[in-house]
Amino acid sequence: MSISQDDVEKVALLARLSIAPSDLPEVTERFGRVLQLVNELNTIDTEGVAPMSNPHDMVQRLRPDVVTGASDREALMASAPAQDRGYFLVPKVID
Amino acid sequence: MTDSAVLHGSVSELHEMLTQGQISSEELTRAFLERIDQLNGKLNAVVTVCAEQALNDARRADERLSRGEGNVLTGIPLLHKDIFCTQGIRTTCGSRMLEEFIPAYDATVVAKLKDAGVVMLGKCNMDEFAMGSSNETSFFGTVKNPWDTQCVPGGSSGGSAAALAAGMATLVTGTDTGGSIRQPASLCGITGLKPTYGRVSRLGIIAFASSLDQAGPMARSAADCAHMLTAMSGLDVGDSTSADLAVPDFFSELSGNVAGLRIGMPREYFNDDLDPAVRTRVMSALSELEKAGAQLIDIDLPHSHYAIATYYVLAPAEASANLARYDGVRFGYRCANPADLEDLYLRSRSEGFGEEVQRRILVGTYALSAGFYDAYFNKAQQVRRVISDDFRKAFQSVDVIAGPSAPGVAFPFGAKQQDPVAMYMEDIYTLAVNLAGLPGLSTPAGLVNGMPVGLQLIGKPFDESTILNAAHRLQLDTDWHLARPAIEESWT
Repeated sequence: MSISQDDVEKVALLARLSIAPSDLPEVTERFGRVLQLVNELNTIDTEGVAPMSNPHDMVQRLRPDVVTGASDREALMASAPAQDRGYFLVPKVID
Repeated sequence: MTDSAVLHGSVSELHEMLTQGQISSEELTRAFLERIDQLNGKLNAVVTVCAEQALNDARRADERLSRGEGNVLTGIPLLHKDIFCTQGIRTTCGSRMLEEFIPAYDATVVAKLKDAGVVMLGKCNMDEFAMGSSNETSFFGTVKNPWDTQCVPGGSSGGSAAALAAGMATLVTGTDTGGSIRQPASLCGITGLKPTYGRVSRLGIIAFASSLDQAGPMARSAADCAHMLTAMSGLDVGDSTSADLAVPDFFSELSGNVAGLRIGMPREYFNDDLDPAVRTRVMSALSELEKAGAQLIDIDLPHSHYAIATYYVLAPAEASANLARYDGVRFGYRCANPADLEDLYLRSRSEGFGEEVQRRILVGTYALSAGFYDAYFNKAQQVRRVISDDFRKAFQSVDVIAGPSAPGVAFPFGAKQQDPVAMYMEDIYTLAVNLAGLPGLSTPAGLVNGMPVGLQLIGKPFDESTILNAAHRLQLDTDWHLARPAIEESWT
């Protein structure tokens, strides 16, 4: 499977990245090289092999559903690039 | 007491000096801060120095020690990789995206080492979001290898490795998703350990690929790594993948006895991809262990070849999900004058992330997108199990698996930057260990043309003790781990 500049632009939109038109040929070429590398996976038979998402096949550990400590809201909010009275500010979304 | 005894002393040596009153932690801390001040302009290994806080930590450590309290790490100076969240101290992850990010809490690893009484000197440079094998992707500039400043230190924990090799700290932390502790340890001539997945909490470590990431110690010796690993490890309710297992005192398990230890040498790790001079050094290290009573056994890891393809689907896929959080809204970089919300997302991310990070997000997004999920992500997770099974089978007949840590020595800046795949090959001997979740370390094995080579030792799950002990034996019998770069007068 090779990849076209159109495909790269579509994926970039899904990932919310914008690629300058002048960079697109090189980005596509390097993306293609990585895909060529990973396409080697097609040469191995994995019929019946269960996918592995955790190296020890651990299962999710649950804890009792109780409050264990409050986050420091003010300290967390202080990292926001723009905020007002406890709200994150973004450009106008609704007219 | 010479400068060298302080700047290149081991944890045990410095602990003795501290408890005998030959030096205070404050004096020790000042010596390292001065060293950083002298050398960092040339090496660029440290991105943030915390002098005032370090001196306060040191005075507290001195008080603890004077009361006869504390432990072997109390008062010992350390640098953290800038991927660990440090409360109130800028944590950049090597990225413009987090250039001004100040975490509201400490990573569990940071908190645990703080409790032990280590003195944090500052934060180390790294490849952006830990994606790289040369430190060339950092927004804060490349780190120079102290052995040859024309060469890379390796990555992504390259700032940590270079700082330690240059005597800027006694201990440094690193993280390893595909080789990011072991490869720079190899290229800078130090000892670095990636623990078993789950041994060390990931809470507060800026996420790259969550099923592969592990934090570990980097130091001058296996013994120092053992001290540090004991302090870093353990169950953390804040990380649901951290293992609920007892943590041994790794230092006290270093018997130095390797009689009868079965060391497997995978044929796939000693093939033609390996630089012959590196092979000679690795073999020489293994024959030292053989002389000490270990047995060398040829083994096969038949699917080793697929590790790189598997990794470069899974790691980017997990990264694309983890890095979706950087939206220019809640924290991190935000573009100037966004036209609308969509523009805010697009430009904040494109301006905030560097080229390699964007490439991995694109590849990962592609691998997870509708129509490709089965062909890439699911397939790679299946091959991950096949690779993991190779190790499981091999460990039925051996106790440790050995090979090189990297295919060559440190390379010049720019040598592999134009071709992402050439750079990915730096980690051909380390990636599979992360896929299988095993512990692995790199220990110095001598020099090739004046540049360090590392021997990699891989252990069974949660058996860090055996590989640390084998490295310790090697370090008792050889002085490769004591080799130091010549620090040029012109740097200071």
